[in-house]
Amino acid sequence: MASDQLTTHDGKSLHKSLAKALRREKRRSLVLIAPLLLFVVVTFLSPIGDMLFRSVENSVVPETLPGTTRALQSWDATGTELPHEQVFALLADDMMLAQELKLHTRLGSRLNYDRPGMSSIFRKSGRRIKKMESDAHLDAFTGFNPSWATPAGWAALRDSELWPQAFPATAIAFNNWTRYVKSDEGENTDLSTLTPYGFTYSALYYDLQQLSDEQWSDLAGSDDSTLATLFSGLSSTSASFPKGDYKEQILAIDDGWGELETWQTLYRLSPRYVDSYYWASIDRESTINGIVHKSENERIYVKLFVRTFGMSLLITFLCILLGYPIAYLLATLPTRTSNLLLIFVLLPFWTSLLVRTSAWKVLLQQQGVVNNMLVKIGIIGDDSRLALINNMTGTIITMTHILLPFMILPLFSVMKTISPSYVRAAKSMGATDWTAFRKIYFPNTIPGIGAGSILVFILSIGYYITPELVGGTKGVFISNRIAYHISSSLNWGLAAALAAILLGAVLILYWAYDRVVGIDNVKLG
Amino acid sequence: MTTTNGAAVKFEKVQKSYDGHKLVVKDLNLDIAPGEFLTMLGPSGSGKTTCLMMLAGFEPATHGEIFLNNEPINNVPPHKRGIGMVFQNYALFPHMTVAENLAFPLKIRKIPNADRKAKVKKALDMVELGDFANRRPIQLSGGQQQRVAVARALVFDPDLVLMDEPLGALDKQLREQMQYEIKHIHENLGVTVVYVTHDQSEALTMSDRVAVFEDGIIQQLSGPDKLYENPQNSFVAQFIGENNKLSGTLVSIDGASCRVRLDDGTELLAEAVNIAGIGDKTTISLRPERIEFEPVESTENMVNGTISEVIYHGDHLRVVMDVAGNDEFVVKVRNRGDQRNLEIGEVYSLGWAARDCKALDFVA
Repeated sequence: MASDQLTTHDGKSLHKSLAKALRREKRRSLVLIAPLLLFVVVTFLSPIGDMLFRSVENSVVPETLPGTTRALQSWDATGTELPHEQVFALLADDMMLAQELKLHTRLGSRLNYDRPGMSSIFRKSGRRIKKMESDAHLDAFTGFNPSWATPAGWAALRDSELWPQAFPATAIAFNNWTRYVKSDEGENTDLSTLTPYGFTYSALYYDLQQLSDEQWSDLAGSDDSTLATLFSGLSSTSASFPKGDYKEQILAIDDGWGELETWQTLYRLSPRYVDSYYWASIDRESTINGIVHKSENERIYVKLFVRTFGMSLLITFLCILLGYPIAYLLATLPTRTSNLLLIFVLLPFWTSLLVRTSAWKVLLQQQGVVNNMLVKIGIIGDDSRLALINNMTGTIITMTHILLPFMILPLFSVMKTISPSYVRAAKSMGATDWTAFRKIYFPNTIPGIGAGSILVFILSIGYYITPELVGGTKGVFISNRIAYHISSSLNWGLAAALAAILLGAVLILYWAYDRVVGIDNVKLG
Repeated sequence: MTTTNGAAVKFEKVQKSYDGHKLVVKDLNLDIAPGEFLTMLGPSGSGKTTCLMMLAGFEPATHGEIFLNNEPINNVPPHKRGIGMVFQNYALFPHMTVAENLAFPLKIRKIPNADRKAKVKKALDMVELGDFANRRPIQLSGGQQQRVAVARALVFDPDLVLMDEPLGALDKQLREQMQYEIKHIHENLGVTVVYVTHDQSEALTMSDRVAVFEDGIIQQLSGPDKLYENPQNSFVAQFIGENNKLSGTLVSIDGASCRVRLDDGTELLAEAVNIAGIGDKTTISLRPERIEFEPVESTENMVNGTISEVIYHGDHLRVVMDVAGNDEFVVKVRNRGDQRNLEIGEVYSLGWAARDCKALDFVA
């Protein structure tokens, strides 16, 4: 052939033709797996992803208190002063809407996770906010120019080129007011005939104080005559407007608002995404002064993580210890006998987990079968019966039993493939039974031990039902705590953070295992 | 067999049963001389591998005694017998490199590191695999694995090496090459080799003596040539090489020769090897290459046969004929180049000497 490039008979490049043919095949196989892929994504990956996302998600704070959280950014959180009057005014505005939408209690419980007592502050404030005196600024604006109390005036302001960037607090407050009206008087209320309530004027008052001279003259000299009248002379007059007394009123509602920590908590939780759940998961909290340990009696999660991993390791080790001889027996017996025995290994799979766990309760309790037997044969006295259940011992015994098949089966299938001639060869070369086992048989079963250990360990660190039933307080795992936060305390963010840490730990272990043993060496059958 | 490092092996009245109902090995008596290459040959289930396993120590003898260098070894565990062994599927340890595989028996014997390395290298060079020391068994071809297995069985200088169908997994060409290599290694080292196979050509080319097993009994124990030329019974005649069977009745016995009347009335002069008495049935065994096709000179036995099939083999023609009631009678006709076309259905005369046909025990 003269040309370098090979072609098919019709003159197309061979390379391209091959790629085309392969692409067609790939597309076809993709179509075949598409339903399952979709199913897995919809029912598995996205719920898990959504759940884990909650561990950092914090939008309830900035969304419920949009004006307050924005204004708090300019507050010196490390200082000893409470925020400025302006922040209190915006808090009053945000709370007005929040109590109308019944969001303030939800916000309160979210903040309560980080600082106990916040919940009651918000419940109380929500109740009292309507009775607040908020018309001082409204009256001042209207007194200066009655057009400030007309929808046309507000329309002119909102049409201005400087809206909303020069009036950030007002824009948020105005939006809060429209949501309030729609909630209060119906979705279809005609807003063009209404003017905002006093809180909005207060927000406007504080925005005006931030305006530059240039912006003032732009507004007063605007082409829009309505806007020009609204602002001409306002610059000097507004200086004499009342300062506002929101701070005083709010402090009167609840003493909590007078505490620096309340505001620091709000400040820390202002962002949309926060790491506070993760710090809580490792018994720490982030404060204005950095990350600190929680007080001694509140530390629980690190201990639980350590216990979960420690006990899972022990259970895995016990499973190897008990499973190895059984798997060896199964692999070396004649097929007929080993098949029969294999049924006994699989039998637990056909029994409900709950039944198996409950059976252990019967066996292990103080007046149970095991204790009765030990007393009868005189190993222990009747007055010193062993506590075998509702503690760590119970969890270890029961979970070792329940997870044992997951160790035996991969071990069995690996041992099946080890030819008996290996051991014979070793013996013919002078190895004793023990050496032949240690140097030849055992190294060849390591892939099975690896597979079984991964299965048992990963299953056991996520175990929930069994520790819940037989673990008492000393034998529960981190998963029980996660379940508690999901279903009882409803602190889903913390539950998600705990779960994410668990998942991360498993992935790291898996990665380490891959580096040390090699995942290719794992044989499941 | 004069200068030898080999061990002597003796089986004395050995019997073996696995289930207590059936004897797999019936009364085995066998003397193996130091440095001898002895092959146990037989079809599967004939008891040959069981004998090897009893010798290696992996199966206990049900009755009788096995001696190694005149010491009874029935109660010696396999790892103390010091017997090298090559397994059917090599049994190379998959988690070790070739060198580690070879070093394994040396480590167990606590041979110092330097000596160990030298011995491993020597053994690998012996099987021409010096460059493969750091490979894993799975990275080697079947033939290479086989050589490693041989080297490993020899590296700790055993007196006795057992080989359990070591070439069974190789293709034909490689198998033939390995036969010579094993044979040469045996000649160079002088160890005693007990070799188990079901392949008769392997047995004939390699062995000093062959023990033909069938039904738990050694049917014949002799050198390869004797085995082929002078089979002691019909099983051996049939099992070793190609063989034509003709059944008939003894008419007369005259010392070492006898007359046999075939079922169709033809009378043949045969060598009396394994016969009962006059009037009894006998099977005559006759090698295809000993038959003269259209003999020029008259021979002791002359019969006519009808051609039923001709197969061209290059150096010879394989002619299947119907002779004296046996329609699978095979004659190898030398390809002389002036061959006429052999037509199916034509009748030709065949002839052979009396010493080439043996009267053996009757089989149906």
